Amino acid sequence: MAWFTREKSGVSADEGEKKVKTEGLWLKCDGCSQVIWRKGLEEQHNVCDKCGFHFKIEVAARLKMLFDGEYEEFDQGLASSDPLGFVDSRPYKERLESMKKATGLPDAIVCAAGELHRRRVQICAMELKFIGGSMGAVVGEKITRAVERCLAEKSPLIVISASGGARMQEGAISLMQMAKISAALMKLDEAGIPFISVLTDPTTGGVTASFAMLGDLNIAEPGALIGFAGPRVIEQTIRQKLPDGFQRSEFLLEHGFLDAVVPRREMKDYIGAAFDFFCGKG
Amino acid sequence: MSSQTPAPAPDSAWARVQLARHPKRPHSLDYIQRLIAGFHELHGDRRFADDAAIVGGFGYLRDRPVMVIGQQKGRDTKQKLHRNFGMPKPEGYRKALRLMQLAAKFRRPIVTLLDTPGAYPGIDAEERGQAEAIAYNLREMARLPVPIVSVVIGEGGSGGALGLGVGNRILILENAVYSVISPESCAAIIWRDAAHAEKAAAALRLTAPELLQFGLVDAIVEEPGEGAHAEPDAASFQLGNALAGALDELSHLSPEQLMEDRYRKFRSMGSFFQEV
Repeated sequence: MAWFTREKSGVSADEGEKKVKTEGLWLKCDGCSQVIWRKGLEEQHNVCDKCGFHFKIEVAARLKMLFDGEYEEFDQGLASSDPLGFVDSRPYKERLESMKKATGLPDAIVCAAGELHRRRVQICAMELKFIGGSMGAVVGEKITRAVERCLAEKSPLIVISASGGARMQEGAISLMQMAKISAALMKLDEAGIPFISVLTDPTTGGVTASFAMLGDLNIAEPGALIGFAGPRVIEQTIRQKLPDGFQRSEFLLEHGFLDAVVPRREMKDYIGAAFDFFCGKG
Repeated sequence: MSSQTPAPAPDSAWARVQLARHPKRPHSLDYIQRLIAGFHELHGDRRFADDAAIVGGFGYLRDRPVMVIGQQKGRDTKQKLHRNFGMPKPEGYRKALRLMQLAAKFRRPIVTLLDTPGAYPGIDAEERGQAEAIAYNLREMARLPVPIVSVVIGEGGSGGALGLGVGNRILILENAVYSVISPESCAAIIWRDAAHAEKAAAALRLTAPELLQFGLVDAIVEEPGEGAHAEPDAASFQLGNALAGALDELSHLSPEQLMEDRYRKFRSMGSFFQEV
């Protein structure tokens, strides 16, 4: 007699894969394929300590990383009015609602003021998870208002970009936000107030072609995709595969479009040092 | 497209897109030839090259000195290739800014003509900073101390068009379009199929009357008969009237007023609400 008996007959191996639920505890590094303990990763600013791969992080983590402590958020209630009445696979209004639920944000940006190395600064950080970090009227207005606060209180500006570009669902209104923000940055430039643009993975389209490239310093996290046209669009145009590393931070540095590639854990000190130089210490 | 596809309604967004891209539609040089007396073309960005997808130069619009800069498409295959299908590269935007700053130095007004499917999406353009070139133009145009009148004469293709479009007055020809993305690309994103471009064109609200309604353009320049392609001389005459009118209005403003006027114009663009 067998030691064990099958309770049911006809049990086969392919009856559903057996999964151990490790999701949430461990993840695989997109850079080196190493399996990493998630909690350890979070303590490292979400940077792989083996290969230095920078994982995408949310707005809240960004702000916490740069501000000394408490910060004040502005224009939290600004939301899109769906001016075009845009409907694609689903109405834009519904899309906005579900994004709002998923991210807890009314649109793809958070603007806040607080201290960085004991200096008051305005920071605008884009949220990639909100419709690809796309820029519509709300993003345009919130950055413009942040620039105006900088002008009023003479405090420096930091914009952290993470965006696919202008938001299709608001049509030409989105497009004009590029000019609106750029014009506001002209005023900041005239006033001699520093602006540091931080480009993160990915920053493309109308965001790169406006404020993200207009910093007194343009700096990027390592390995970020940065460009005007997206790689797929370029591949379709030229009908060729793009070389490795094309449109990555290091490529832009090499071609002269970035002041520096700055690892995330050095970002705050780098920005602090730059503002010290521009505005004087203390 | 199959031959059974019905022709789009004459006033539909898609019909406008077709007209804006009509093979016989007048391009920048067609208008310049008819409107600008004593036109002298100026070449090159002094940095890298001369981009044939953007033309510029000085001359006189009904006795008014102007610097005219426009995106330029080609008509036959050879010309199309030479003009890169009207898709400028960074050197084109840099040339345009050089000419605008030259005009500003001598206090001459600027006219820009927008007509491009978009800025060129290619390896070389990316290497030379397509995004930076456009971004820089947007900021620098904002502080030019002279009148700027921009006209969308055909395809206003996204950031590629806007790179010449930060004017005190923005005019649009009746059958021209101005959009954040081409209908084909929009359809490819939404429906994973560029064949739905007609639907996308309607959704994007890219026609002149719609843009006027949103306050993104100041005025529509009427086209004669079936469109500018049918009667280019008449279309040029209409455009000339509109340009002369806009330039005369702006000629009374001081440099500071011109900059403030332009700033206010773009500052007010946007639609949102404050949640309580």
